[in-house]
Amino acid sequence: MTTITDRPVVSEASANGAAGAHDRSESTWAVKRGLAQMLKGGVIMDVVTSDQAKIAEDAGACAVMALERVPADIRKSGGVARMSDPDLIRAICESVTIPVMAKARIGHFVEAQVLEALGVDYIDESEVLTPADDEFHIDKHGFKVPFVCGCRDLGEALRRVGEGAAMIRTKGEAGTGNVVEAVRHARAVLGEIRKIRSLPVEELMTEAKRLGAPYELIREIHSTGVLPVVNFAAGGIATPSDAALMMQIGVDGVFVGSGIFKSENPAKMARAIVMATTHFRDAAIVAEVSRGVGEPMRGLEVASMPAGERLASRGW
Amino acid sequence: MPTGTLHSPSTQPGWRETSSLAGQGLTIGVLAMQGAFVEHVRILATLGATVREVRLPRDLDGLDGIILPGGESTTIGKLLEAWGVLAPLRSAIGRGLPCWGTCAGAILMAREVLDTLPGQPLLSVMDISVRRNAFGRQVQSFETMIMIDGMDSGLPFPAMFIRAPKIEAVGPDARAIAVLEDGTIVAARQGNWLATSFHPELTSDTRFHAWFLDIARANRGQNSGLTLASTAMP
Repeated sequence: MTTITDRPVVSEASANGAAGAHDRSESTWAVKRGLAQMLKGGVIMDVVTSDQAKIAEDAGACAVMALERVPADIRKSGGVARMSDPDLIRAICESVTIPVMAKARIGHFVEAQVLEALGVDYIDESEVLTPADDEFHIDKHGFKVPFVCGCRDLGEALRRVGEGAAMIRTKGEAGTGNVVEAVRHARAVLGEIRKIRSLPVEELMTEAKRLGAPYELIREIHSTGVLPVVNFAAGGIATPSDAALMMQIGVDGVFVGSGIFKSENPAKMARAIVMATTHFRDAAIVAEVSRGVGEPMRGLEVASMPAGERLASRGW
Repeated sequence: MPTGTLHSPSTQPGWRETSSLAGQGLTIGVLAMQGAFVEHVRILATLGATVREVRLPRDLDGLDGIILPGGESTTIGKLLEAWGVLAPLRSAIGRGLPCWGTCAGAILMAREVLDTLPGQPLLSVMDISVRRNAFGRQVQSFETMIMIDGMDSGLPFPAMFIRAPKIEAVGPDARAIAVLEDGTIVAARQGNWLATSFHPELTSDTRFHAWFLDIARANRGQNSGLTLASTAMP
C-alpha cells in the first residue's frame, strides 16, 4: 500500500484498528495533506508585518504567508532573498489564529529545519527566494511540517510530490500582477492529467519518462484523474476576477502575493478576492465584489521580461 | 503491484461496505464557503444522497440535513455573515434541521468558543464549549483510532485531527460521544446535531456519514408523519 516512499495513509492505521487503538501518529502523510485540504476554496495572502497579517485575517484569508518582502519588492531590490527573520515569523504566528506559512530557499534544508523549529504550519520551498541549491530540492519526507512547492507542469508537480510535498501550487510569475503564467502552468498541469486519463496502461511508463515524473504517481493519476495533493494557483493573481479565473480553470484555491498589499486599498482588495474565490462561478457576485476596490497593483508584462528576471525558471 | 488503484477507496483496508441506500431520497446541504467541502460531497453522493453546495440563503430551501465542513472558521464565519446565510441557517438548525459540524464546523455550532477573534460570526446553536487550535500548531496534528458512542458495531473509527479544536465542556442538553485516552472530548451529540473535532471526510470510512444520513432520515420521517424511516432502514 505504499507508492514511491513509505508514507503512511490513514487506512493503515485503521487496518491495525483493535491492536493499535488510541496510539497517536503525528505528521503522517494524511495529516500533512489534510491541512491543505482545509485551506481549499480559500485565499492565502503574503504578509510582511503583524498588522498586515491581521488585515488579511480580518478580510477572511484562510492562511497567511509570512515573508520579509513581497515578490514585487524582491524583484525591485534585487540581491539575495532568504528565509525571513525568525522574530518576524514568531510575531506573525502570535498575531493571528489562522495557519501561518513561511518560505525557505529551494534546497536550503536548514532554513526549513529552522522554520519547523519556529512552529510554522506549512513551508513553501519557493522560487521567489534565491535558490540555495541549483540541482537538488529538499527531501520533504524527512520533516514533520508539511511543504508546498511550485510547479510549471505536471512532471514538476509530481517530482515535488515524490520528494514529499503535501501541496502544490503553480509558479506563475510572482511579483508581476500578471496572471498569464499562472494560467499557463495550471492549464499545463490539468491538461496533462486529462491526457494521462485517456492513455492505455501500456503507454504510462513512456509518459512518465517524458514528463520526468515518478511512474507510480502517473499510475495513480491514471486511475483517480486528480493530483494526489491539493493544487493552488499562485504567481500574478491581482484581482477578484483573476482569482475566479483560476478557480474556474480548476485549481483548489489561490495564493495572492503582492496583489493585495501593493494595491490601493489592501483591506478591500483582500476581502473582494476572498468573496470571488468562494463565488467563483457566479459572475454577478464577482462583478458586485469588484466594485470600488480601488486600483490593483501595477502589472508587468512577462513576455518582454529578460529570461534572467523570471523566477519561475528556478528549480526543475 | 496493484493496477494503478493505490488510493481508490475500495482498495483501502479501512474501507467498509456501507449501504449505498443510506442517503437515497435525502437532500443534504454541504456548506461551501471555504474548506474541505468537496470531500463531504463525494462521500454523501456515494451513499446515494442528493447533495447541494450551500453558498447563499436560497440554497437552504428543502434540505433534510446540512454538514458544516472543516476549513478556517474565521473565514467561513465572515462569508456566512457577508452573504446573509448566518441568520437563516441558525434558525433552520434551531428548528431541528439535522446538522453535523467537522472541526471548523463544530466551532461554528458551539455556544461558546475560546481562543478566537473577538466578534467572529458564529451560529452558536449547540450546548458545547470549544477551544480553537487546542492541540497546537500543524506539527502537533495527528491521527488515531477512537470509539464513537452510538454509531454502530463497536469498531473503532479512524480520526484525523488537523489543528483541531477540543470540546472543553458539554452542557446539559448535549452529551460527549467520543473521548481520547486522556479524557479530551472530541465529539458530541445534541438531538439531531453532531459536532466532531476530527475529519471523517478525510478517510475512506463512510460509517459516520451513513450515521448522519440515518439521523436525517429519522428526522424527516418524524416531521412528515411518514413511517419511511422504519421501513427504509435496516
